[in-house]
Amino acid sequence: MPDPVRTAESPPRATAPPAQPKRSRRTARRAGRFGQFDTKASPYLYIAPFFVLFGLFGLFPLIYTAYVSFRDWTLTGGDNGFVGLANYSEMLSDDRFWNALFNTFGIFIVATVPQLLLALLLANWLNKKLRFRTAFRMGILLPNITSVAAVGIVFGFIFADRFGLLTWLLDVVGLDPIEWRNSRPAAWTAISIMVDWRWIGYNSLIYLGAMQAIPKDIYESASLDGASPSRQFWRLTVPLIQPTIVFTAIISTIGGMQLFTEPLLFGYGRIQGGALNEFQTIAMYIYERTFDSNYDYGYGSAMSWTLFLVIILFALGNFLAVRRSLRGSTK
Amino acid sequence: MWEASPLTYLALVVACLLSIFPIIWSFIVASRDNSAIYDIPPPLVPGGNFLDNTSRLLANEQASFLIGLVNSLFVSTVVTISVVFFSTLAGFAFAKLRFRGANALLLVIVLTMMVPTQLGLIPLYMVMIELGWIGTLQAVIVPFLVKGFGVFLIRQYAQSAISDELIEAARVDGCSTWRIYWNIVLPVLRPAAGVLGLLTFMETWNEFLWPYIVLDSNTPTVQVSLKILSTGNYTTDYAQVFTGTALAIVPLLLVFIVFGRQIIGGIMEGSVKS
Repeated sequence: MPDPVRTAESPPRATAPPAQPKRSRRTARRAGRFGQFDTKASPYLYIAPFFVLFGLFGLFPLIYTAYVSFRDWTLTGGDNGFVGLANYSEMLSDDRFWNALFNTFGIFIVATVPQLLLALLLANWLNKKLRFRTAFRMGILLPNITSVAAVGIVFGFIFADRFGLLTWLLDVVGLDPIEWRNSRPAAWTAISIMVDWRWIGYNSLIYLGAMQAIPKDIYESASLDGASPSRQFWRLTVPLIQPTIVFTAIISTIGGMQLFTEPLLFGYGRIQGGALNEFQTIAMYIYERTFDSNYDYGYGSAMSWTLFLVIILFALGNFLAVRRSLRGSTK
Repeated sequence: MWEASPLTYLALVVACLLSIFPIIWSFIVASRDNSAIYDIPPPLVPGGNFLDNTSRLLANEQASFLIGLVNSLFVSTVVTISVVFFSTLAGFAFAKLRFRGANALLLVIVLTMMVPTQLGLIPLYMVMIELGWIGTLQAVIVPFLVKGFGVFLIRQYAQSAISDELIEAARVDGCSTWRIYWNIVLPVLRPAAGVLGLLTFMETWNEFLWPYIVLDSNTPTVQVSLKILSTGNYTTDYAQVFTGTALAIVPLLLVFIVFGRQIIGGIMEGSVKS
């Protein structure tokens, strides 16, 4: 990343020649002590609130999670001291943990692959000469602006077992009803549909933004060479917006690993995620162990920190992607 | 650019209908009587029970829906003002002021965007206990007063939108840095600040997990009271649940209808710049 401060304003005026009689009093003051203090200190003052608040409520909790994860600490029992890796080894032999991790990755894959593919397709359609452009864009973005909680309730009924909208629809087209909450693939699919419904439009607008930054003459010469539109899409558009695709993939990963509200509300608010925990995600299991019954802070922290380490791998990739596009935008 | 074919239009119309349908359906159920949800075929046209459902919803003391609405409005407004204020302040400093360590600090801010706050929930909860904030609105406001994304977004915008000459001229005229920010920079940043404000408002309004952990039915946000509604002792009254759902979406719909163009612009812009 090039140095942004180099291109910023020139050095402070504190060393300017002594105030000339023509200058106003305010100019004189600017050139004096206050001016010097102002230019030196105000940048730090302006960024300080962010760092103080983030430090207190973002960074500190994260580090403290690691600390708590090495202790036997519950709400009722209090802090019973250092236990080393006991929480972590409990976690590794905890079937519920592995089940939740399995579900999280499963739902993530079932959700993300079609989500990004459909978003690409949608973006490609939107990237044409189009009437009612704004209306279409607003239409596909609408799911993203509504709350997960509200939508989770609505989808809970769309996927209701006996009287659900989808069950009825399946019946109309002559298919057997699906017990959405009693089978792992069905539950994963239903939750993935909820997630995708919410995020396809958002991702496709991000792709659309990237597509519109592609110079048009590339396509003109491709057309002259006889490349069909679909060939142009896969051979030109997709490779050219690759950094953006990487970016959305990693953002989806971070979100997917933390999936909580959709499966919670899909299971009518029960934290166990199905009778046999078929769709309990890792975030739900952490919640169950920490805030629902046991209040086992130590164990919950160990799981959180592990999940964080998983996510940080993707986050690193994310950072590299962001950095790469940053380099472009700051010249 | 290619001409869109009728097939493209058809695909887009279908995509939009699928997008909009669940929301419309929640309004349909909200306007029917309580048993409509069991109907086969399910209700697909609105009925006349919306006001009746609403009055039952508001009379439902367990869910505290009205309190939830007011609380959400308050929390979202405070968080939005704060995020916009601190982000423009810091974004301006990073884009246009010279100071030692600026690059390293900016890098830290970019990195904070990748830290999932959810993973610090347990200690954050413990902090809230220490502060005695459990069950109070401070608990859902104070931790969210700043946002790395906001600082970054504004910084990117400010860098190209504000000319160095303008700031230079203001300095020669004797403006303090604060006056430059307030009188010159802030008006220029208005479009970006507006988008940031809209996104922050919606995000805060929709926030579920953290309010659900620290708040209870005495001081819920609207999402928390929705959860209470949908899973509490009133689960049989689905019309009421869907009325709550619909009413919780209305403020966002209004914001979206008025400012949709800017929000879309902000999201598309973000893809190229971030």
